[in-house]
Amino acid sequence: MKLDEIQSNLLKTIADLEGTPEGAVNIRIDGSPVLRHSSPGIEITPKTDKPGFDLTVAPGSRGETVHVPVILTKAGLKDLVYNSFIIGENADVTIIAGCGIHNSSHMNSQHDGIHEFILHPNSKLRYVEKHYGEGRGKGKKILNPTTMVHVAEGASIEMEMVQIAGVDDTVRNTTVHIGSKGHVKMIERLLTHGSQHAESNVEMYIDGVSGSGQVLSRSVAKENSEQIFRAALIGRSDCTGHVECDSIIMGDSKIKSIPQLVAEDARAVLTHEAAIGKIAGEQLIKLMSLGLTEQQAVDTIIEGFLR
Amino acid sequence: MLKLNDISMVVGNDQGENREIIRGINFEFEAGKVYGITGPNGGGKTSLAKLIMGIYMPSQGRIYLQDKDITPLSISERAQLGIIYAFQQPPRFKGLTVKDLINIARPGIDNLHLRMTLRDVGLCPEDYLDRDVGPGLSGGEMKRIEMAQTLAREAVVSIMDEPEAGVDLWTIQKLIAVIVGRYKKNPRLTTIIITHNENMLHICDEVLVMESGMLVHRGTPEEIWPHIKDEIECKMKEQCSGDVAYEIR
Repeated sequence: MKLDEIQSNLLKTIADLEGTPEGAVNIRIDGSPVLRHSSPGIEITPKTDKPGFDLTVAPGSRGETVHVPVILTKAGLKDLVYNSFIIGENADVTIIAGCGIHNSSHMNSQHDGIHEFILHPNSKLRYVEKHYGEGRGKGKKILNPTTMVHVAEGASIEMEMVQIAGVDDTVRNTTVHIGSKGHVKMIERLLTHGSQHAESNVEMYIDGVSGSGQVLSRSVAKENSEQIFRAALIGRSDCTGHVECDSIIMGDSKIKSIPQLVAEDARAVLTHEAAIGKIAGEQLIKLMSLGLTEQQAVDTIIEGFLR
Repeated sequence: MLKLNDISMVVGNDQGENREIIRGINFEFEAGKVYGITGPNGGGKTSLAKLIMGIYMPSQGRIYLQDKDITPLSISERAQLGIIYAFQQPPRFKGLTVKDLINIARPGIDNLHLRMTLRDVGLCPEDYLDRDVGPGLSGGEMKRIEMAQTLAREAVVSIMDEPEAGVDLWTIQKLIAVIVGRYKKNPRLTTIIITHNENMLHICDEVLVMESGMLVHRGTPEEIWPHIKDEIECKMKEQCSGDVAYEIR
């Protein structure tokens, strides 16, 4: 796999990848797969009817990490991809995804990833997805991920979805169904700046008895950017769910935060917390009294908040 | 070391009236000494500390650190010159850990000293290094973490605002021992402790009493304690509602 400097940097930023990773991997650059390997426990095969792949983890396969990053460096490209992740019974793996866009042109670059996760009984998955955009042109960097998750009995998934910086427009739609004794923890961290716009819509259905779901969102909106966050928890049995959205607002930005709880069963226990506020003056003063400048204090607070 | 030259501070209220909360303070804090500042609530102790740190600006007077006029300098600049203020009520940070804060206080601190600093304030490093300095910590834990940052920074002027508040008795004894060991015997450092605690006041070389924005007494702990003892004890009786206790008995 030959990469230029821009491509290597993007891969390093979104997936912490340097050189060719060991084991199963799928790297997609500018709309086509450039590297694809399977491993004994994880098979990656292309879809036959549309762009994308099926990643299948064999039952009982444990401890592997697979990287599936996407990068876009060609301006004006609109990339659409359908990926399915099927995690076999009792398997336990980590998937590192992510999308990086470099666009220095006046044309928009867009990647729409449609991801489906099927977790078979008692499987366990950690999924990390980082989104990042760079380049000084007027062309927008657009990322619209759609994520569907099905968690079977006793399975669990921890999803960490992060938008680091530089994404001009994003609409993230996530739908989750949780079976009995299934557990989902979804962590979303998002930073917007300039005149960026970000929208995240989460619907988490806790269908099964003793299922549990958690949505934790932390975001920072700077300058003139706008964010809308909607998270609905729908409790349909004897289950527990919690939504937490916490935002730092700066400059002339706008944040709309809408946690929603829907109980369709009297045994469901659902809670939510939401907070939007600017950085407290006391926090800045405290860090400045330890020798940081005001700007360093702001950066430190934001970095910690989004970590 | 630190010289306050005719320092006053005026604040305005909602009705547009001005009130002088610090009134013409002249004092020189010397190197190698531990000072206690005590006195009634609202007497101006914390305001004076914040004036020294640069959090408040005086309406009149000059502040000198090692003969340099630091009056116009910002908080960050004063910190870089070697002043630290341990907050009475430290703010919380979501996402920053205890280790992060100590690393900011003392860039490049090695692992051994990091752990020693936490032990000095009675916190187990294994339990606390990676803890968020967020809503999950108690007030007492926050105070100890604040002290840990102060210890780690080794500033030439350290101001501690009621370091014992909310901290259990055992830790107060340990904290006193640490202050004696680290500050009292160091001829380069000046330490200013705002406190109402008798044990804490007794390790000070000199105690200043502030009232209505002025320094009204100064002397050794032995000289000052008998004068302020009644007031502090009386306050406690007020707080624990003597009448109620009497009726129960």
